[in-house]
Amino acid sequence: MKLRCHFVLAIILLVPLLSPGADEGQQTNMVEEIKQLRLRTEALEKKLSDTKPVALSLGSVSAGSSYMNASFDVLFNAGWSSTPDTKEIQPGCHDPSQRGFSIRNAELALDGAVDPYFKAFANIVFMTDFEEETQLELEEAYALSSSLPYGLQAKAGRFYAEFGRQNTQHPHTWSFVDQPLVLNRMFGEDGLRQNGVRLSWLAPTPNFTELTLGVFNGQGGDAFSFRYTGEADTNGVDRLYGRATTARNLDGLGDFLFVPCLASAFDLTDSQTLVLGASAALGPNDTGKDTYTMIYGVDTYWKWKPANAEAGWPFVTWQTEALARNFEAGADETAGLPSETLCDWGLYSQVQWGFIRCWTAGLRGEYVTGNTSASTEANEERATTTRVSPNVTWYPTEFSKIRLQYNHDWREYAQDADAVWLQLEFMLGAHAAHKF
Amino acid sequence: MKTKTVINTIILAAALLFGFAAASHAKLNVVATTPDFGAIAREIGGDLVQVNVLAKPTEDSHFVDAKPSYIVKLAHTDVLIEGGAELEMGWLPPLIGGARNSKIELGRPGRVRCAEGLVLLEVPTTLDRSMGDIHAMGNPHFMTDPVNARHAAERVGAVFSTVDPQNAATYRERLAAFTKRLDEKLAVWQKQLEPFKDRRVVAYHNSWPYFANRFGIKINLFLEPKPGIPPTPAHLADMVTRMKTERIGVILVEPYQNRKTAEKVSAETGAAIVDFAQYPGGVKGTEGGYIELMNYLVNTLAMALKNSGVSKEQKQ
Repeated sequence: MKLRCHFVLAIILLVPLLSPGADEGQQTNMVEEIKQLRLRTEALEKKLSDTKPVALSLGSVSAGSSYMNASFDVLFNAGWSSTPDTKEIQPGCHDPSQRGFSIRNAELALDGAVDPYFKAFANIVFMTDFEEETQLELEEAYALSSSLPYGLQAKAGRFYAEFGRQNTQHPHTWSFVDQPLVLNRMFGEDGLRQNGVRLSWLAPTPNFTELTLGVFNGQGGDAFSFRYTGEADTNGVDRLYGRATTARNLDGLGDFLFVPCLASAFDLTDSQTLVLGASAALGPNDTGKDTYTMIYGVDTYWKWKPANAEAGWPFVTWQTEALARNFEAGADETAGLPSETLCDWGLYSQVQWGFIRCWTAGLRGEYVTGNTSASTEANEERATTTRVSPNVTWYPTEFSKIRLQYNHDWREYAQDADAVWLQLEFMLGAHAAHKF
Repeated sequence: MKTKTVINTIILAAALLFGFAAASHAKLNVVATTPDFGAIAREIGGDLVQVNVLAKPTEDSHFVDAKPSYIVKLAHTDVLIEGGAELEMGWLPPLIGGARNSKIELGRPGRVRCAEGLVLLEVPTTLDRSMGDIHAMGNPHFMTDPVNARHAAERVGAVFSTVDPQNAATYRERLAAFTKRLDEKLAVWQKQLEPFKDRRVVAYHNSWPYFANRFGIKINLFLEPKPGIPPTPAHLADMVTRMKTERIGVILVEPYQNRKTAEKVSAETGAAIVDFAQYPGGVKGTEGGYIELMNYLVNTLAMALKNSGVSKEQKQ
């Protein structure tokens, strides 16, 4: 032990003694080498500082950077309608459905990136029916491509078709408690929502122009004007607009539902934006062998918000959608109905005024009408209706709101109707940000 | 002969067209979410970059409309500069989703998140919205500290050099010049606010903790009862009492905030309202850039604190 210590000590002492003994040339070599090394290190450091920032990830887990955002949003309704059967005047799936209290939309929304190639979104909706039993619905579940070239983007799964403005919006983002009558008449109680695919293209124009084409099965109640067999009569025969229907299969490409849509946006000034859209939904229906439905729509959305708005207030928005439908109804000889074309059209126009922070006042006018059919059922279901709805909403934060709305309906075959609704929205969790 | 002329014309036209296309693409295309990042990008990029800023300087940057025209701007950009600390969470994701631009995907060099590498203040221990509009990653208004702006400038400079290596030397020079100017100014600003160390100032919203930290001012009383919750009469009454007892003489108000509320409090307390802005151009005279903005902020605050009576000496 002692010996080893001495040995180490001897070496330590010897090293400084030895080094002056090294020849002069070697020393200059070493200095030169150190100089070279220093230069190289400097060059490397410089290079490193140039490329440093690539993909450092933020340490903490947050709403915006987690694997999946999850939110739960509830629309709770209270109110009264002059008609005992509220469904008569509030046919929308997510509308307040009865006098008293109702929950027609409690949605669990999930979204996030799947991998570098796909993003995904799912919306699972719970609602209570007249017996207060809970209904469950896979409202939307789709994947969205995130890395296609040439401004293309693909969507696949189950989703609301990109037609017009409100069809793709979820009820908690609506400006009124209920679905516009014209969307209900053309698309049924829950909008145009199907399994399918859609491709969209962002045109390389100076202003925003997006072209989309959706291809869907076009069947069932969520594609009301298309391959939908209607409801069973007392004899158990499925009927739509008085005609017995036959569920037809997909026999070729022409049996799919095609939904093309064009949207363009213009910044009129720094504080005003205008969005214009034109859409169509084209596909066969189940009332005959070769019967076809064509729905066309145009929509406009205008928004004013000053450059010094606080938390989004004040603002004014004006949204209008007009739709027209040609529904080729097949002949039903046993019911005494000829083949005919049912022509319907309708529109709604609504203004929302955010007059003071957290408060908005709104007014909506609606009109739907259709030509006279040989079928009494068709005439009743397609009766001319005019509706006016004023409302006022208080948003304590962007996660809750309380809305009071009044509807007055002028109806062709029935008495005028009134309804008053109070709606409370409350949302938990991190919800995906909404489009303009 | 005729066909030859036609062909020649076509070739000439094509050449001109490509020439124009090349010329118009010669500049590096940059989008900044807010005007502070835009100003930094212009400092570093100069004439070599074309900068588009989404949020307006007077706008509430928590609530920017996701306008379709912004999607077009993002679709054609080479670089996107954002804070990345949740300030833009409510409007940037749908814009990026719509833009379909692989250059600005997360993890790509073209996506600059200026908060990366910074230690953010006020990171909440629990995420509970009963506490108001809180940010999981911490307070996102970090650019009000010039040291953080320096960090942002360095990141932007490095990214410009990576994405546009031909001009790397110019970017490096401009970055060095900017940080030198900033460092010099910072020393001046600190000296200017030195006499008012630990003085308390009221702000409408909690946008200024980084500024307060850097310059030793206390900005920790707010007209908003909780972040993002509009002022209530009860809270304002409480604030008036506190301001009177603590002899607080300055209220900071940003362009989008409710000036009337501040005026009411000012009328009752005699406190001065000082127009503050986080973004160059938010207040008149700050359009020049980040340093001009900071200059304005420090000058006006120093002036207001001086005029509001209680100086440090008197207090002791």
